Amino acid sequence: MDFSFTDEQSMLRDTIASYLADRYDFDTRRTAIKSPTGWRPEVWKAFADELGILGASFSEELGGLGGGAIDNMVVMEEFGKALVVEPYLGTVVIGGGFLKHGASAGAADTIAKIIAGEVTIAFAYAEPQGRYNLANLVTTARKDGAGYVLNGHKAVVIGAPWATHLVVTARTGGGQRDAGGISVFLIDKATPGVVTRDYPTVDGRRASEVFFENVSVGADALIGDEGAALPLIEQVVDEAIAAVCAESCGVLRKLHEGTLDYTKQRKQFGVPIASFQVLQHRMVDMFIQLEQAISMTYMAHIKLSEPAADRAKAISAAKVQIGRACKFVGQNAIQLHGGMGMTDEMAIGHYFKRATMIEGEFGSVDHHLRRYETLSFDAAA
Amino acid sequence: MDLDFSPEDAAFRAEARAFIAENYPQALRDRSRDEEALSKEDYLSWHRILAKKGWSAPSWPKEWGGTGWTPTQKYIWSEEQARADTIGILPFGVNMLAPVVYTFGTQEQKERFLPGIRDGQVWWCQGYSEPGSGSDLASLKCKAERITGDDGKEYYLVNGQKTWTTLAQHADWGFFLVRTDPTAKPQAGISFLLIDMTSPGITVRPLITLEGGHEVNDVFLDNVKVPVENRIHNENQGWTCAKALLLHERSGIAGVARSKRGLERLRQVSRTQLSDEDGPLLSDPAFKRKVADLEIDLTALEFTELRTLAGESSGKGPGPESSILKIKGTEIQQRLTDLALEAAGHYGAPYLRGLPHNFGAVGPDEAHGVAGAYFNTRKTSIYGGSNEIQRNIIAKAVLGL
Repeated sequence: MDFSFTDEQSMLRDTIASYLADRYDFDTRRTAIKSPTGWRPEVWKAFADELGILGASFSEELGGLGGGAIDNMVVMEEFGKALVVEPYLGTVVIGGGFLKHGASAGAADTIAKIIAGEVTIAFAYAEPQGRYNLANLVTTARKDGAGYVLNGHKAVVIGAPWATHLVVTARTGGGQRDAGGISVFLIDKATPGVVTRDYPTVDGRRASEVFFENVSVGADALIGDEGAALPLIEQVVDEAIAAVCAESCGVLRKLHEGTLDYTKQRKQFGVPIASFQVLQHRMVDMFIQLEQAISMTYMAHIKLSEPAADRAKAISAAKVQIGRACKFVGQNAIQLHGGMGMTDEMAIGHYFKRATMIEGEFGSVDHHLRRYETLSFDAAA
Repeated sequence: MDLDFSPEDAAFRAEARAFIAENYPQALRDRSRDEEALSKEDYLSWHRILAKKGWSAPSWPKEWGGTGWTPTQKYIWSEEQARADTIGILPFGVNMLAPVVYTFGTQEQKERFLPGIRDGQVWWCQGYSEPGSGSDLASLKCKAERITGDDGKEYYLVNGQKTWTTLAQHADWGFFLVRTDPTAKPQAGISFLLIDMTSPGITVRPLITLEGGHEVNDVFLDNVKVPVENRIHNENQGWTCAKALLLHERSGIAGVARSKRGLERLRQVSRTQLSDEDGPLLSDPAFKRKVADLEIDLTALEFTELRTLAGESSGKGPGPESSILKIKGTEIQQRLTDLALEAAGHYGAPYLRGLPHNFGAVGPDEAHGVAGAYFNTRKTSIYGGSNEIQRNIIAKAVLGL
């Protein structure tokens, strides 16, 4: 048994941490997310060139550094600590994940461009009627000669305004909730008929409603097998959930640390409020939630390579714990900061907002409890 | 012991409902559930309509404009306002300052200040908290020294800073706790002053909260001259006023009728929002149970509030039990926004504040602004004496611990 990081992973962490400390402080971030574009392409370029971290989780034959999921975990946790908005999750974890696990025509080339920082990807999977059910799809991809024609509406596509490409889930067959008949496409966002409405999100990101209006793509846009992509989607979304869990560990650490610091220096009744037992116990409970979240994040990453059912169970279990921790630690961090926690000027509220969005990302606590129950109790043993 | 409404109560309900239907301004109907901040005139328009009817200050003594309603009628009135989604009357004048004025003020002060509060002519803000004095309010430092003006009259010269001052950007006047005796024990050196917000030396600076709204402010007081006759109660006895006011603030804070309306909306949303499976969110047993659980908690709070109201009508003022209403009321308000955000699913994420009006909706209407409401409602367990402080009050004043 070993929960330690390799030297490469520790170096990766240090490299990112020191870059973010220099270039991604709270005020700089705040200015960037309020700017018209909402992100800093030059930071993304630095991730590619200066830090070389975009290739950390790709194999060497694909031009990467030979790492994997644990490297993504390291990156995402550091990004969580600095509330990085740039689209690592969509591009490297999800886009890269589909290209690694599903056969597709131009995968090697696209991965090379991801590593070089030239391709950014957003994951267009959710639909207005679908909630967290990955198979609940009415977007269609109709076979047209050798290629496909897409029609449909994808909801709240995080990072789409910054993306050069979209990974899109669509029906090539089957009914609205069928497991079969689902396919995945990688589409250049500039393809005619891709229409977006861009807007900010409450946690400082940008997203789009994406409409496909008779969008014609070639056969080479397909990733994986036509009509049989649900297992691939589930695998990549599980990897994305693991990554979000890692990000949340960074966010939760900051919420907890920030609360300890604040209550130690904030004096009322002539003493630091951290000396009140009722607040001490609250901070202990926050700490327990944080530690449990870290444990579940490790567990989730370790089990990513298990068979699908075991992997899915582990991921849902982790997301349940992370969802609860985000709510408890987030709410109490604000409460213990008092009025200061309510201001836009202090970082703590921004961590709280991100934590709140992570609660629902790729499925709420209820969603993952239900998935866990199904896998754990209902599946034929 | 019964809950029956008498024929008079039923008639009152019909009258209240009809009055709102006929008189609530259309402009407010369109805006009250919008994220967009209401203007000063918006806030005051409903207040003034109610004042004309004689309903703007139900709990006051009758001689100053109170309605003399029974607790049941007050309860019906709050229900009817919530049912119609009216905006509330701002609490700072009517519910917070006025009881201090009619309890501790001189006849002259009552005549000077109460009509403007009742009629919605003067907007009041509350100068209590300071950067270093929140939960420990009695440690406040804002200083008021007696001086004689060039006109030979007595003044206080006020210097200091107040914070979290809600809607001070609109305020005509403010009630302030200031330190008049720095040598006395903290509670014994405080006075209660009414200050004209247009006085030279007052600066109001916006504080933007985490959902992007501007409700609260810093208020800086730099050599502000306040006539001595603007002091309520004796010098150095402001703490008595402050405590009385906080009790009133707390009992209004439960917001039962509003929460009942919020719950109705949540039920409506869960009937239209879809679950992961085929069917509405309310067909999801886990979500349904959370709604039921909240509804039961709210029922308990409603009856606790009714018992408090009944107690008040028999002559007891609001007591430390009002801390129960504050704690439970705010927890319920927070859980409501939590479930509304959960119900919105992906569409909880869009942040549309500040986008051009013609941008249009994103996702279903009921998802609009739910995250902002969730973030903003975190304040309720902090303001008016944090819920931790409320528990201390119950422990000490009720349980004698």
